[in-house]
Amino acid sequence: MSSVLYDEPGPKAKARNLAYTVVFLVGFGLVLWWVLATMADKDQLAAEKWTPFVKDSKVWTTFLLPGLWETVKAAALALVIALPLGAALGIGRLSDHAWVRIPVGAVVEFFRAIPVLLLMVFAFQALVEFTDIESEIRPLYAVVTGLVLYNASVIAEIVRAGILSLPRGQTDAAQAIGMRKGQMMVYVLLPQAVTAMLPALVSQLVVIVKDTALGGALLGFTELLYQNRAITANYGANTIAALTVISLIFILLNFALTSFASWLEKRLRRGKKSTGAVVPQDSVEAGAGGAVL
Amino acid sequence: MFDFLDSGQYDLLDAFWVTVKLTVYSAIGSLIWGTLLAGMRVGPVPMMRAFGTGYVNVVRNTPLTVVVVACSLGLASTMGVKLGGETFEDIGFRMAVLGLIAYTGTFVCEALRSGINTVPVGQAEAARALGLSFFQVLTLVVLPQAFRSAVTPLTNVLIALTKNTTVASAIGVAEASALMKTMVENESDALFAVFGVFAFGFIVLTLPTGLLLGWVAKRVAVKR
Repeated sequence: MSSVLYDEPGPKAKARNLAYTVVFLVGFGLVLWWVLATMADKDQLAAEKWTPFVKDSKVWTTFLLPGLWETVKAAALALVIALPLGAALGIGRLSDHAWVRIPVGAVVEFFRAIPVLLLMVFAFQALVEFTDIESEIRPLYAVVTGLVLYNASVIAEIVRAGILSLPRGQTDAAQAIGMRKGQMMVYVLLPQAVTAMLPALVSQLVVIVKDTALGGALLGFTELLYQNRAITANYGANTIAALTVISLIFILLNFALTSFASWLEKRLRRGKKSTGAVVPQDSVEAGAGGAVL
Repeated sequence: MFDFLDSGQYDLLDAFWVTVKLTVYSAIGSLIWGTLLAGMRVGPVPMMRAFGTGYVNVVRNTPLTVVVVACSLGLASTMGVKLGGETFEDIGFRMAVLGLIAYTGTFVCEALRSGINTVPVGQAEAARALGLSFFQVLTLVVLPQAFRSAVTPLTNVLIALTKNTTVASAIGVAEASALMKTMVENESDALFAVFGVFAFGFIVLTLPTGLLLGWVAKRVAVKR
């Protein structure tokens, strides 16, 4: 394989690449050896710390799967609530009336500029003060509220970018046949914008899934990461094994979502029936307020 | 309403100072680590390319909270890596910086890679025709331009990093969000005021960064 940056390797380059590979592998091997040696030293490689995840189905049925279910539940709830809210905010930001556009813009920029953890902590305390939601499900409510507030404003930006990505002719044509602004939005622009922003929305779902872990570490929300404490308490301080399995589940879940988003984006770009306009997955990062890492 | 600010009980500036320190150290570290990763990902050595791609895909899909908690519980508590820190606070702070660098580096790498893609093919070809090696093409011709066009995405990474430093409170680093958690519990009658103060603090940190670097991005952009 050749690239712009380097030629198809000749004999000399091949030898050099081989040398780099060897040096890299030796370095990598040294790090790996150090990690394994230290783990063995601290008794983390012992079989009984790892076998529960393969042999004991209880670790899955009592800890990991319920945790995963809480994670998925919070992410799904947050997305389902944030989607219409975000759509409304996004359309509001494109309004012709300044008295709608400016306040909506301020709300969106505000919630995008502050960390989602602050929103969760605030929501948690607000639920304690103003509602009588039971303390067991309070963390879930707080996490979902924080995620909704933040992600609705990010989705608003995706929706806005989706509508603005449509060719100008669409608006012209709709106006030419005498559609009102509302009709134009509902019948012409939004349906097309939805396909354009699908990939960006799927990638946003990855951000939501990742952010649920905040609730586990700080608000006692019993999602996947939170189960780490219970597992290490029950299976003999196998911290590294538990964290490895938990990260693997997160990575597989999010990798599936990311791949789906890229596949969707490629497919939509190829599509001849649509206008071919697609909101790039990272377009929402291009704002003053904040980014979606 | 804001009398909790005068009580002298809470050191707001100190908490935000920790946030700023976390941001600055992690920003410098992740810029270096991200550049190295980007170099590996576009380089001619297949093994390093594979490592770069694998690392970015794995770490980007892991929640930052898991990365930071793994640094603290896995590296520090279990494996006894202290990074030269003496006290609990010291070790926590260093582990948080390490986790933030490991995570943010992947986003820096992707921003730089998109910057590399904006450099016209002809330039790299011309540089190769002059007989420059891959390393020279990358460091003398491509990366300087890539950095200039990547200022905007890098700004967004920096702003996100500023907000992400709040995750450090998960391992007991006394930064702004940790103080806010204590304050909303103690001053629950002034919940909205406390939230407003901290929200304002983060806006003060992120807004000037965005504006300043937005201006820089326009100034240094390579006109094509």
